[in-house]
Amino acid sequence: MDVYIKGIGNISPQNTIDSNIFLDDIVNHDAGFLTSIAPIYKEFINPIKLRRMSKLIKMGICASKLCLKDAGIENPGAIITGTGLGLVGDTEKFLNQVLDYNEEFLAPTAFIQSTHNTISGQVAIALQCFNYNNTYSHRGFSFESALLDGMLLIKDKDAENVLVGGFDEITPEHHSIVKKTRWVKNETIKSLELLDHKTKGTIVGEGVGFFSLTGEKENTYAKIKDIKTIYKPENKEEIEAKISQFLNENDLTKDDIDLVVLGINGNVDTDDIYYHLADNYFNTNYAYFKHLSGDYHTVGAFALWFAANTIKHQRVPEVARFRKENFTEKPIKNVLVYNHFREVDHSLFLLSQ
Amino acid sequence: MSKRIFVTGIGIISGIGNNVDETFESIIQKKSGVTEIKYLKTNHKGKIPVSEVKLSEDELIELAGLDKNGSYTRSTLIGVIAANEAVKNAKIDNIKEYKTGLISGTTVGGMDKSELHYKDLLTTTKNIEFIESHDCGDSTERIADSIGVKDFVSTTSTACSSAANSMILGARMIKNGLLDRVIAGGIESLTRYHMNGFNTLMILDREPCKPFDENRQGLNLGEGAAFLVLESEELVKKNGSKILAEFTGYGNSCEAFHQTASTPEGKGAYRAMKEALDRSGLKPEQIDYINAHGTGTDNNDLSEGRAIDKLFGPNHPKISSTKAYTGHTTSAAGGVEAVLSILCIQNNMIFPNLNFKEQMKELNFSPVTELLENVKVDHVLSNSFGFGGNNSALIFSRY
Repeated sequence: MDVYIKGIGNISPQNTIDSNIFLDDIVNHDAGFLTSIAPIYKEFINPIKLRRMSKLIKMGICASKLCLKDAGIENPGAIITGTGLGLVGDTEKFLNQVLDYNEEFLAPTAFIQSTHNTISGQVAIALQCFNYNNTYSHRGFSFESALLDGMLLIKDKDAENVLVGGFDEITPEHHSIVKKTRWVKNETIKSLELLDHKTKGTIVGEGVGFFSLTGEKENTYAKIKDIKTIYKPENKEEIEAKISQFLNENDLTKDDIDLVVLGINGNVDTDDIYYHLADNYFNTNYAYFKHLSGDYHTVGAFALWFAANTIKHQRVPEVARFRKENFTEKPIKNVLVYNHFREVDHSLFLLSQ
Repeated sequence: MSKRIFVTGIGIISGIGNNVDETFESIIQKKSGVTEIKYLKTNHKGKIPVSEVKLSEDELIELAGLDKNGSYTRSTLIGVIAANEAVKNAKIDNIKEYKTGLISGTTVGGMDKSELHYKDLLTTTKNIEFIESHDCGDSTERIADSIGVKDFVSTTSTACSSAANSMILGARMIKNGLLDRVIAGGIESLTRYHMNGFNTLMILDREPCKPFDENRQGLNLGEGAAFLVLESEELVKKNGSKILAEFTGYGNSCEAFHQTASTPEGKGAYRAMKEALDRSGLKPEQIDYINAHGTGTDNNDLSEGRAIDKLFGPNHPKISSTKAYTGHTTSAAGGVEAVLSILCIQNNMIFPNLNFKEQMKELNFSPVTELLENVKVDHVLSNSFGFGGNNSALIFSRY
């Protein structure tokens, strides 16, 4: 059974809340990390409940409501989320309390909100949805696992439609920690200039993206033909072989792909494979997006939003074109997304019209 | 299930033993793992009892056969030990021969090291290797590398039902032909973080826990890791694998009630158990034993008990919670209890619910309090209910 994207709710560092516009008004972030553009929450959430919610819970509930509204669905057949680090703000708050107050006089709220399944649970409460509910937290496979799970539910006819989401947040405190690793740039750059800085590390972003998946084709963004995760490939050849095999399994070749969306993140240590695939493997149009979203564990949700919208709008926004000089106007039927998380967790999404 | 899924290997480490044999020995000797805190560095030592894995980190590294100079979280260490036992138990020589996945479950992840070094990580460049072991995926990937799994890795994180949900995804991936074999289960190590979290919720018993007792005072936390090897029918036939049990049913339902509480009538628990029964094609009266979630908290035992009454009463199967042995191993609980359920089937036994004295006045059943031997155990239902309303139920059957 085929799986289609019927609705999307995407809260990100760009203006992505309105599903009718597609990267028309770009925000160039220059604060060291990219934070999401907050919607007017009280339009979506009861103000009394809103006061008790931390940032990511508000974003999660709001994005899920935007998504279901977009899809015209009231209550989904399942709710599945993925997150790399969960509710970082609440985790920091409770952890600091435990350490600073020597395990005494602690308040439970931050702890209660800090488990990774908080968003899927809160969305279920908001919708009074008693159906299948799951949460994955596995680095660059967090959102991908949620998406795979959702697609299986539809294929197996366990659910008619499924709400699948990815969420991660960045806080100043967490940014100060991850900057100590080789994965995050030390210098502060303008996000749109991401690829001009040939240095180690990337820029960190955040976002919540929810998708309504269904088996019915009518009024949908795109078909998700297939997804695949590749764990620790040995070398470029293995990645190429896995891509080729993946396309083959879906009765396609690399020449059928109209657009390849690449997860280039500006890290000179790990971007090689993207340049290699663009210059030596595929021969088509390319797009990139992490200068718009920043990089984070569940950035695959932003990539899926981007890919689905290129098909819906039949357009690759100028700002997201990669290898612009070779870009040719053509219908967008098949889109492949390739992203990797720190060269360990590689993922492929194949979308079609 | 349309396509059959078989259990061909089990591995476990918890407060009652470092492997399957030790675990079984403790169970039949009625030896609980719940004791005074020894390894966790916390001010609650001596006040709140827990069920720790009875090994220091150096001892765990040695048992796991890992490099002494490496940096590991406790989750990784116990996970590597249990997963390797499961693989060995399933007599897998070359794991790469068939499409094999690893799906683990954890909520605390690498928090044991994060909380130890957090202030350093904020202010210095010391111990920064632990920045990358904080997340839930770290232990899963290290286990995958230790047992050689490459085809698929993932981690569920639904609090106390994580391991159960790992097994459910594993079974579904095999059914869909995406994998031939999955090592599925969960891990949780004790941390100050979640011990204090549970403590603020006032659900930790200061004495050994008393699941399903009228005078229960809360749960005892535990740590552990447990994995099952799940194989497709085709692989079992081709390989001649020894079948320990069949994984015949599963259910997953959300309570959608409160982040840390379930409805008094146990709506989610009922739905999860009902779905598992429906999928297995079994009638309630065919279930011989329920290994209940039975944490010992007021809320869980009431809602789970009522859901059991509604679905199984008045002719209840044998019921017990084994939490008084292992403590509540949270994300690992579904794995730990799946292993115990399979041991019940293999040995024709039902394990006792320790510390029980008085039946809950709201319920129509009392749990099993003595070790039952030579009893018919063909179908076991194992419940795992978590924070956030994530309820899952699994059914294992004799093959």
